[in-house]
Amino acid sequence: MRLPCPICGDRDRREFYYQGHAGMLDRPARDADPQAWNNYLHFRENPAGETRDLWHHEAGCGAWIVVTRNTVTHEVSGSVLAEKST
Amino acid sequence: MGYSGFKVIKEGLFGQKGWKPVWRNPDPKPEYDVIIIGGGGHGLSTAYYLAKEHGITNVAVLEKGYLGGGNVGRNTTIVRANYLLPGNSEFYSHSLKLWEGMEQDLNYNTMMSQRGVMNLCHSDGQRDMFARRANAMVNQGDDAELLTPEQVRAEAPMIDFDNVRFPIYGGLMHRRGGTARHDAVAWGYARGADQRGVDLIQNCEVTGIDVEGGVVRGVQTSRGAIRAKKVAIVVAGRSSQVAQMAGMRLPIESHVLQAFVSEGLKPIMPGVISFGMGHFYISQSDKGGLVFGGDLDFYASYAARGNLPMKEHVMDAAMTLMPSIGKARVLRSWGGIMDMSPDGSPIIDRTQTEGLFLNCGWCYGGFKAVPGSGFSYAHLIAKGEHHAPAARYRLDRFRTGAGLMDEEGTGSQHNLH
Repeated sequence: MRLPCPICGDRDRREFYYQGHAGMLDRPARDADPQAWNNYLHFRENPAGETRDLWHHEAGCGAWIVVTRNTVTHEVSGSVLAEKST
Repeated sequence: MGYSGFKVIKEGLFGQKGWKPVWRNPDPKPEYDVIIIGGGGHGLSTAYYLAKEHGITNVAVLEKGYLGGGNVGRNTTIVRANYLLPGNSEFYSHSLKLWEGMEQDLNYNTMMSQRGVMNLCHSDGQRDMFARRANAMVNQGDDAELLTPEQVRAEAPMIDFDNVRFPIYGGLMHRRGGTARHDAVAWGYARGADQRGVDLIQNCEVTGIDVEGGVVRGVQTSRGAIRAKKVAIVVAGRSSQVAQMAGMRLPIESHVLQAFVSEGLKPIMPGVISFGMGHFYISQSDKGGLVFGGDLDFYASYAARGNLPMKEHVMDAAMTLMPSIGKARVLRSWGGIMDMSPDGSPIIDRTQTEGLFLNCGWCYGGFKAVPGSGFSYAHLIAKGEHHAPAARYRLDRFRTGAGLMDEEGTGSQHNLH
């Protein structure tokens, strides 16, 4: 699998570290309800189909990116820098 | 129809014409006391123990494909009870005891072979950790031995003792662990459940869960609506999708785990061996194939096929541990969908919907749990109370933080367990 880095172009999957669903970017406020933190830390949409997830281009430019891909077919349809995705 | 050596000889003499299908193929009835969604190892053992231990036989197991066609039919067949933390420790101990009596109980040859599970350590720190784990296992009443490098060499002379990067400092031997014939386990439980009156309904996909006023009423399926007083979900990698039918969101992320089998070779492996530096484990099947695997592919996936980088990593680890494996050819590999939980431990619990039960989060350790999971789940469904060995497998432990069982201490990221 190759992932499209918005800065470096298509790169080998091995250059990236997988963090998890892009929902990780929607961090609750510091004083948010404990339930919101529980949802954020533990619960997942876990879609069978299109998903958006957060990868770190660890062995490349170091950017955090949000990749849109399909969890059933492994098709990758696009990516944006995480800082521009919210 | 019972199985025996005599029966095998008799059938051999008369042209093998007396064997009959082992279970019925019934149409679904309009209503059941209990519906179990998922005809894998855990679902079938749940049905078996509901009937055998609790006398509840008006039960249907609904399977969207064929019985035992998921992870129970494709895994590395390892059975063990070498856990550290309270919660897991007593559960897997109970499960191993059920494994030891399974063949007599089911009257079915599941080829349970207690050939030992040996985890290797490669540093002082790792050896200390194994000593702690061994003590926990002994405290639980299970067996554990710390082996010196010489003792490891006596058990497994083919591994590389001259590796300067990963020297062998010893091993944690769990002699009651071993392997079993994975398909036979599913078939044995299916047969036992069917004989007690459970309907095993294949090619029946659940498409909806009917809930009225917070109480479960039944399910919608590809073969029509079926009413039930209780509905039990046990669908491994597809847990999130099925739970969503009842409006639930789960602490589960589905990942792919690969495993590999070599061509058949003469016996070389004494039992199961795991490499302590890099996740790698290997055993040898009765047919002679080396069965081995490693870590998850690390990203969420339902593709049921793995990627090449992880294959390469597993082969690297294999070559590091035992260079003699280099000339063996890989015959096949596969990927299964694992229901990864945030602490790496499973969930057997009720849900907020009355009469709806949940069993998931087995990560990549579900096979050895097949008897224990079914036994404890059946207890919960029948009596409405948690079974003592599985009493800590609560869904709310993530919310409260009490009783988290993070064996590897990696935090709440699903793919790191």
